[in-house]
Amino acid sequence: MRDEIILSSLTCGYSPKHQTLHNISFRVTKGEFVAIIGPNGAGKTTLFRALTGMLPLQPGMLSIKDTDSTQLNPKERARRLAIVNQQVEGDQLSIEDYVLMGRLPYHASWQLFENQEDYTIAEECMKLTGIYEKRHKWMNRLSGGEQQLAAIARALAQQTDILLLDEPTSHLDISHQMRILNLVRWLNRERKLTVLLIIHDLNLASEFSHHLLMLKDGTIFTEGSPAEVITEANIRAVYDADVIVRQNPISGKPCIFPYSQETTR
Amino acid sequence: MRRTLLFSLLFLFVLLGLSVIAALCIGEIRFTPAELWQLMREGSEEDVRFNILMQLRIPRIVLGFVAGGALSLSGVILQGIFRNPLVEPYTLGISGGASVGVTLAILLGWHTLHGGIALSLAGFLGALITILMVYSLGIRHGRVQIQTLLLTGVMISFISSSLMMLMMSVSKTENLHGIVFWIMGSLSDNNPSLIVLLAVATLLAFGLSYLHSPSLNAMRLGSERAMQLGVNTGRVIKLLFVLSSLLTGICVSIVGVIGFVGLIVPQLMRSLIGTDNRLLLPSAFLGGGIFLIVSDIVARTIISPNELPIGVITGIIGGTVFILVMGKRKKE
Repeated sequence: MRDEIILSSLTCGYSPKHQTLHNISFRVTKGEFVAIIGPNGAGKTTLFRALTGMLPLQPGMLSIKDTDSTQLNPKERARRLAIVNQQVEGDQLSIEDYVLMGRLPYHASWQLFENQEDYTIAEECMKLTGIYEKRHKWMNRLSGGEQQLAAIARALAQQTDILLLDEPTSHLDISHQMRILNLVRWLNRERKLTVLLIIHDLNLASEFSHHLLMLKDGTIFTEGSPAEVITEANIRAVYDADVIVRQNPISGKPCIFPYSQETTR
Repeated sequence: MRRTLLFSLLFLFVLLGLSVIAALCIGEIRFTPAELWQLMREGSEEDVRFNILMQLRIPRIVLGFVAGGALSLSGVILQGIFRNPLVEPYTLGISGGASVGVTLAILLGWHTLHGGIALSLAGFLGALITILMVYSLGIRHGRVQIQTLLLTGVMISFISSSLMMLMMSVSKTENLHGIVFWIMGSLSDNNPSLIVLLAVATLLAFGLSYLHSPSLNAMRLGSERAMQLGVNTGRVIKLLFVLSSLLTGICVSIVGVIGFVGLIVPQLMRSLIGTDNRLLLPSAFLGGGIFLIVSDIVARTIISPNELPIGVITGIIGGTVFILVMGKRKKE
């Protein structure tokens, strides 16, 4: 199995004196679906920013597809790692123009316009995510779910092996949450994309991923399969919340039910 | 996309041709297009009308076109990198710095040296110092702090206008007129080599910035998102900022402060052809040139034989058209 992303004792933060993440080490192998969970302030966003190249890292801390992150220029990085953000921006841009931007990492610096191949790839990605019919609509006229689908199409147009998503479903209703995550799972299974998903919802994380990474206070609290990570003891230790864990009767994955202290009294 | 570009460029070139012909014909001495054609074909040095054409009107049109194009282009670039359609070249304090330089030069009596070149040089030095200050204050830890850059520019504008008032309040009356007239901007009193310099600088800046128009498009999503798409945002911002401010600096030091061009023309073009920078950059460039040529026709004919400062005209025409277009868009 090839390692797509290797983090070795990654320590970083917004200023050298106050590091947000401490000694994070893990490997993501090809074709894996990894979910990163943890309470607010645990370092999920910092980890995301470190992976996307927004934070200065030391050599040896992060390697993406066998290349150290400090050796990658933005273009090379964008050909290896496609990113879907929590908030999608694109004001008065049509879906088609937005998706075509995913081809930017492949353009030479003197290339100003997309070629036929770019259009073909963009069309295919829009069809795959089901937004091809709306391609002339402006991004800011779309619903939150449609914006996320457009963002995924744009990420697919980058033709990377790795897809990194930051809370793509956090402000969507359950039907759009399922639509987005089912699409991501399909891409993971059928297109063999390696997926890193940062997500708040523990049940969705458990349902969709192979491997969970649970962060607490800037370090990895525990990692493993959903059954190993989603336990009543771990949730209490990391989130300070009372839950009971049961198996989902259909998928067999662990599923949490929060309860209030008052009801047990 | 390419077809839209072709159509809008074709349209703007036709408009440019018409405004150039109008600017050649209209003036204190008027020509009909037929007379103009005849003069161009068989005019001679002895003919006063031919000399008016060659030595007054043509340099003025060329200067109007490149200055208008340069200011409008700087506007589009700065609005793109700051992601704010209300930024214009002068927001960053560049005109303020240039004005302080020129005022100082007039007070020191330099304007009598070497025609207008000493004044232009002083203006450019003032602009350059401002640019260096805004730029070095706006960059922390090797990263461009866009908000700081903008705020520093606005603050420097305030400081330099106070300095201007200070110098004007202590200056002699005969100097005051020169200062005021320079501030209001003018396309007359031009030195051919300065016109050529501005034209070359403008064309170079246009070529370089046009190569970065796809990056500017990506930066509409925000500089971090653009970086995720492979744009080296920091480098692009630095390069385009320096390019557009140098261009504005050269422009201001040659024609004085001609306001609103960099704000109105890009905004107008945006409402006409959309926000894609690959269309916007060339259209705003041509549009700015046309706008200044037409404004200059008005400025030199409206109270003929006297001349109004062109800045007055760009402000009035530009502002009015701007409000009308915005009002129309609101109704839709």
